[in-house]
Amino acid sequence: MTELDLAGQVVELVRRLGGPAAQAEAVVTRADLALTRFANSGIHQNVSESTVGVRLRVHVDGRTAAGGGSVVTADGLSALVERTLTAARLCPPDPGWPGLAPPMPTPDAPPVDEATAHAEPDQRADRVGAFVAAAGGLSTAGYCRTAHRSSAFANSTGHSAYGRSVEAAMDGIARRDGADGVARRSADRLADLDGAELGAQAAAKAQAAADPVELPPGHYEVVFEPAAVADLLQNLSFYGFNGKRYAERQSFAEPGAAQFDRAVTLVDDPLGGSGLPFDAEGTGRRALTLVEAGTTRAVAHDRRTGVEAGVESTGHAVAGGATWGPMPRNLRLTGAAAGPASAVGRSTTGAAAGAVVDADTAALVAGVRRGLLVTDLWYTRVLDPKSLVVTGLTRNGVWLIEDGTVVRAVRDLRFTESYPRALGPGAVLGLGARAVRQPERVDGAWWAAPSLRLASWHFTGGASG
Amino acid sequence: MTEFDAASAAVQAALDAGARYADARVMHRRYESMTARNGDVEELTQDESIGLGVRALVGASWGFHAVPDLSDAAARDAGRRATRTAMASARVPGPSVDLVPVEAVTASWASGCQIDPLGVPLSAKGDLLVDATRTMAEHGADLAEGLYQIWDTAKWFVSSEGHRIDQRIRECGGGISATSIGDGETQRRSWPSYRGQYGTTGWELVESLDLAAHAAQIAEESRALLTAPLCPAGETDLILGGEQLALQIHESVGHAIELDRILGWEAAFAGTSWLDLAQLGSLRYGSELMNITIDPTIPGALGSFGFDDEGSPAVKRDAVRDGRWVGVLAGRDSAAMASLDYGGSVRADGWARLPMVRMTNVGLEPGPHTLEEIIAATDDGVLMDLNRSWSIDDKRLNFQFGCEIGWEIKKGRRGRMLRNPTYTGIGPLFWRSMDMLSGETVSWGTPNCGKGQPGQIGHTGHPAAPARFRNVRVGVSA
Repeated sequence: MTELDLAGQVVELVRRLGGPAAQAEAVVTRADLALTRFANSGIHQNVSESTVGVRLRVHVDGRTAAGGGSVVTADGLSALVERTLTAARLCPPDPGWPGLAPPMPTPDAPPVDEATAHAEPDQRADRVGAFVAAAGGLSTAGYCRTAHRSSAFANSTGHSAYGRSVEAAMDGIARRDGADGVARRSADRLADLDGAELGAQAAAKAQAAADPVELPPGHYEVVFEPAAVADLLQNLSFYGFNGKRYAERQSFAEPGAAQFDRAVTLVDDPLGGSGLPFDAEGTGRRALTLVEAGTTRAVAHDRRTGVEAGVESTGHAVAGGATWGPMPRNLRLTGAAAGPASAVGRSTTGAAAGAVVDADTAALVAGVRRGLLVTDLWYTRVLDPKSLVVTGLTRNGVWLIEDGTVVRAVRDLRFTESYPRALGPGAVLGLGARAVRQPERVDGAWWAAPSLRLASWHFTGGASG
Repeated sequence: MTEFDAASAAVQAALDAGARYADARVMHRRYESMTARNGDVEELTQDESIGLGVRALVGASWGFHAVPDLSDAAARDAGRRATRTAMASARVPGPSVDLVPVEAVTASWASGCQIDPLGVPLSAKGDLLVDATRTMAEHGADLAEGLYQIWDTAKWFVSSEGHRIDQRIRECGGGISATSIGDGETQRRSWPSYRGQYGTTGWELVESLDLAAHAAQIAEESRALLTAPLCPAGETDLILGGEQLALQIHESVGHAIELDRILGWEAAFAGTSWLDLAQLGSLRYGSELMNITIDPTIPGALGSFGFDDEGSPAVKRDAVRDGRWVGVLAGRDSAAMASLDYGGSVRADGWARLPMVRMTNVGLEPGPHTLEEIIAATDDGVLMDLNRSWSIDDKRLNFQFGCEIGWEIKKGRRGRMLRNPTYTGIGPLFWRSMDMLSGETVSWGTPNCGKGQPGQIGHTGHPAAPARFRNVRVGVSA
């Protein structure tokens, strides 16, 4: 039985058991997920799962409840429908119920790569092997994963949709004397992940991170590589461009206001890579410009927050998201219009060689009189959601830049900074041209960004023991 | 076909395909959560999931596969696929894998439960949250939120060494929070804890929290915080409430003593540990007041079980004794690699996830004082309580925590309320500065511990009581 058949069967069960007035939406997803994990340069965990899941939301007699399950037998589906209907009837009224999505066309999604969808463990292991070999004897750790989802939506207005998505991702570090270098990518095809290229990049950065020095805390100009920028995008998405937080006045976002530097354009582009063409409510997914040349244009909505805001859903509903709210999860920071002038990664010939791994970053570094090159941010947590003040640490390599040259490695630093303020008008001193897609912890979400030069970042202390 | 039959079929298929060891877990979990906001129920979700995960060891390499189907054919196929995946692992081999011995047992275990949380009428559970959130809204909270969560998990474990163990673990808990939104910032107060309090227990835990009785006070405090003075910046004596100290233990001790991190298995993601196994037994972790235990036998604490997900029985151990580091959280393979003789701290958050080293109940033994005695003995300091933010480096050394609320302590008395209190430090230096410890211990439950790839959410417990730390940097801001 197909996923679409199963979803339709669940909706029909709700109609039969809950009466013709019962509203229902069902999502059925089969997933083949696999992840090959390595540490100390050997594969130490290698896992896969073939699962099916059903999500159901019902609205009956003005009351709403949701349920889910992994049992797709006739008895299992009946049990799911019965307990969800029972739960809904026992709930208090839901005056904010926005209704179900009406029938609508589903946008065309990019084709999926069948080779990635059906990748074997040997293929992941071979990429890991290439990463390890390219690290030239340094200790390595990380993962290579593939994901394939086949998902169908149906609701009692007669709307239905179907789509598939695949993703491949690789993320690894190389270590030298406790200093780490990292390389990570998210792609639509496993074939696009080159373990050797990533391993060599991580190793070069690890070599360049040797003998780090302590720097005093303070405000520094910074060049963030794409991995670090990804953290900015994630926090801006979850806390700022979240329609629920916006409605609750917990977001910094003010549509129409020039809140960011003119260099900043942010687009959530769920179909910019292989992705499902509809959200958890069946609404078609499409590109949404959140910030255009520094001016905030929109926040993400599902049907409920859209009604509250008097706008349409933007296709950002997630299962069980009523509490967390709708969030962009495929955000791209658009790069500079023209390519960088310099294609040379400038560094001293000593310990810092290899810190700069691409031309975009090199061009940004070249303009810095004194500042820091930051590879990655780690364990970032929000101190205040409205101002989006965040604390966290650097990780996987930090270097001091003097007069446009990377001069030496620096020990990790803790920062406390307001992300919107750091990206505010006049604060962005440069952008690379090429956005590099970074994986999220779960498949289906990614962050694409070029390297980014910011006028100031507040480091509040060293991380050394 | 019973759950044990399915697990046995998977194990046998893995052995037939070439595995030298295999184990399988069938898990059936029912989950229910409800959230309420400003006097209305916001979301009610009920999930039910059942499936099987099988782990196979071939040579020095592991493989794991999971399916939601308990038929004989599906179970056997899962066993074969786990073995095939293990064989692929051998293309990039690591060191040899051994397992510390554990007695193969046939056993059953269940957590304590007076009131079945899934048996309590939904309307009653909803009324509890609605009443509390309505009261908070009436007392000035812009966002009045409440939630409860319930997990009812049955597990059946079989290994190729002869284990046959079934367990039923019921967990639940909940809490409320009030958020007030000012000009450019928000303030939040929670009861009894950020995200609530949880345990391996029945609905009696949620009833004991008496959420409605605390609603008005936390709403008023959240508003008062908007105009309270900022926590001053500088070094001072710091008194931490028990809930915040529980998180301090979790982050700066619990994760640091995970043997998989110490061995580098989490290096790329969760990070490693500052601890060096060569110093086990001799390293001074903290002051002599610091006695940390690993104890999955505590009745009702969130990290309790009868057997871990490798079949090792729950056993209480020391992690830090009189300030010295003496023990780790380990699994059978990591312990063997480290030449230790115990595992017992391996769990998975569902049938589709590989068991990995996890905190059980990692807690601080009580001290001789009360919180009031500690305050009375403090001439100049800050009292902070209830976590608001947490961040720690990948070696578990440098941390910065934010709390919901602080109070100035002057000449032995609690003074003004302080806004945005934060403190920062280095783990072992911080723990060595602990000089007063209360005996008012509570086993705080943490239901949201993230670790591993693919991601897993762990449930851990942390007995903790208020304590004082000398000369701590506080008041870090942007």
